[in-house]
Amino acid sequence: MTAKVRVATTSLAGCFGCHMSFLDIDERILPLLDKVTFDRSPLTDLKHAGPCDVGLVEGGVCNEDNLHVLREFRKQCKVLVAVGACAINGGLPAQRNQFDVGDLLRHVYFEEPGLTRRVVPDDPELPALFDKVRPIHELVKVDYFLPGCPPPADAFWAFLSDLLEGRDPRLPPGAIRYD
Amino acid sequence: MRADSPGVRSTSDILDAHRGDPTRLVQILRDAQRECGNWLPARVITEIAAGLGLPRARVEGVAGFYAFLHLSPVGRFRVLVSDNITDQFAGSREVAGALCRRLGVKRGRVRSDGRVSVDFTSCTGLCDQAPAILVNGQAVPRVTGMRLDAVVRCIEANLPLEEWPQDLLRVDDGVRQAGPVLSATLAPGEALKKMLHEPAERVLAVLEGSKLRGRGGAGFSVATKWNTCRLAPNDCVVVCNADEGEPGTFKDRLLLMRHADHVFEGMTIAARFTGATAGFVYLRGEYEFLAPHLREVLHQRRAAKLLGTSIAGERGFDFDIDVHLGAGAYVCGEETALLESLEGKRGVPRHKPPFPVTHGYLGRPTVVNNVETFADAAWLFANGLDAWGALGTPQSSGTKLLSVAGDVERPGIYEVPWGTTLREVLTLAGAERTKAVQVGGPSAELVPPSMFDRRLAFEDLPCAGAIAVFNDSRDLLDVVVNYAHFFAHESCGFCTPCRVGTHVATRSLDKLRRGQGSQSELNELNTLTRLLRDTSHCGLGATAPNGWRHYLDRFQDDLQRRLSVEFQPAFDVEKALAAARVARGDEP
Repeated sequence: MTAKVRVATTSLAGCFGCHMSFLDIDERILPLLDKVTFDRSPLTDLKHAGPCDVGLVEGGVCNEDNLHVLREFRKQCKVLVAVGACAINGGLPAQRNQFDVGDLLRHVYFEEPGLTRRVVPDDPELPALFDKVRPIHELVKVDYFLPGCPPPADAFWAFLSDLLEGRDPRLPPGAIRYD
Repeated sequence: MRADSPGVRSTSDILDAHRGDPTRLVQILRDAQRECGNWLPARVITEIAAGLGLPRARVEGVAGFYAFLHLSPVGRFRVLVSDNITDQFAGSREVAGALCRRLGVKRGRVRSDGRVSVDFTSCTGLCDQAPAILVNGQAVPRVTGMRLDAVVRCIEANLPLEEWPQDLLRVDDGVRQAGPVLSATLAPGEALKKMLHEPAERVLAVLEGSKLRGRGGAGFSVATKWNTCRLAPNDCVVVCNADEGEPGTFKDRLLLMRHADHVFEGMTIAARFTGATAGFVYLRGEYEFLAPHLREVLHQRRAAKLLGTSIAGERGFDFDIDVHLGAGAYVCGEETALLESLEGKRGVPRHKPPFPVTHGYLGRPTVVNNVETFADAAWLFANGLDAWGALGTPQSSGTKLLSVAGDVERPGIYEVPWGTTLREVLTLAGAERTKAVQVGGPSAELVPPSMFDRRLAFEDLPCAGAIAVFNDSRDLLDVVVNYAHFFAHESCGFCTPCRVGTHVATRSLDKLRRGQGSQSELNELNTLTRLLRDTSHCGLGATAPNGWRHYLDRFQDDLQRRLSVEFQPAFDVEKALAAARVARGDEP
């Protein structure tokens, strides 16, 4: 028996909607599990990715922790895939890009009515925000892009099937979505 | 008119002068802008729309399309600095900086008193007299030293352009080598009269025998184009494409300055052959300063009965030529975009087919040829097939005007027979330590020294005119990046591959130039090359990758030195975290 393909997934500045859509492959996950093993992913709750064949990244990069995770994925995964609108374009979180991040923090933690303790949270555990939310290909090399908000389950299925069988992935027309 | 004085003509005066004709919308907007202190207030757009019976959005859409039409105020002296790469190497960026500093204005902004604005523009066709600027459409070559002082002085003195020192505004011919076409002095009507009474078949035989091909780049057979128009059922139109926008090309500037009569003669010959009654010269906005001269020559030809009704006494031979000005849009050099602009619309290329020879200006069969093509046609009919046939190569007959600029001892215009090698041209122009030559402009080919023995000819190394020479002190990535930004700026925005692809390419190339590019960027550029070539709506997008792909293919040593092994972000990651860290009070 050949070794299973190791797949890791993560969500950076995303909403896990892409992960949910991935799960919409429904019962097809069973034949998929014959061929793949999940490394770091919400299914396994592993905190770090080991050496993997495929990394699926949902969400853009909004803070230094995102960057840290993304770099770990890039290092560990032979093939890195940007999954969904946020990973590819920044998506909804990038709506803050039109504002200065310092102004935003001050507005949210100082000026909003009803605040009792007016301070920008400064716990060292909290990752610092980037000035802009960026798509992942601006920070690491990305091998494939799976568009959609979220990409439909059939897109995940078609993409992984092609990859597992050694074909150059090609999405069927209906599976290429930009909404 | 003084640059500071208010307009004297009302919008309705301007509309009347253009007979309220919506096809003249670009001309109307240009005139209105001049009356309104160099920009188009919303009120004027509304008045023009109402006067022409057009939707307001259509008028604003046209005004918004062209770089030289402004929907927000610019300076009453609007200074544009040519940003072509050879101009940059000649110091144009420094000129722009000095002008901004001395005039007290930020680039791209208007000075608080409204007097002046300074910005960059695409190639102005004055590369042999670089660094050059345009002031309210008037060319000012060689703006360095005392000439730069003089420009600043004139603007600060609020001196109307007509009162600027003439030698400041003088554009040199720049002829370095004249061949048969440039040294010809045809009397007005001389060529026309030789074909006037010939039957169409005989004229066609001359055109076919001459193997004359269009000089604008595509090299289409003139005989086929003209004859297709002649045989089309409707009334024909002859259009001279004087939208010489390919960066580094300035040979049409000379033809229009010194040989306009030959050009008009060629157009009139085309009209005689095809039966056309209407003719247009589509003159690029950057050459606005040539328009008065062209109109004067047209006036003289009318007086000599070489234009108008019953030309040369022939009853029924009616033809006239109108000069239309563009407004700063490279894409209008594409013939169908040019026709759209002539019809008063945004310069968005049409679907082809049908081609202009059957459905051109206002749906009529239309001959669109380059300035040089018409000048060559006049020469051909004046001197005959035998004289013409002695020049050139089997597939490229006649001579070619070259605009040579960049790192050469003698920049300017050279007329050479087709078949001349690039090396011969470089020797003529006094080029030394040449690292690369961009032949035919950004949309054509970047040629390395190993290919300098190629012949300029349609069958080997085609060239629409530009020869930009770069010596070994130049960074070729500066060149390639400049061209990529040019295409991104000039994309008309109609089709996504070009609108987006040209911008994505600039990002990858900017990274390469900064030493941040890796294999990842090269892969992206290769994908874009295929995407743009195969899926763009018109030639602009399809040829935009030529600006970089020859560099990637032919200058591997240069490229490899610039390549980073690892992928790198295009920005400083630590800096991008700084603002949030400051806001939460982290120690710097």
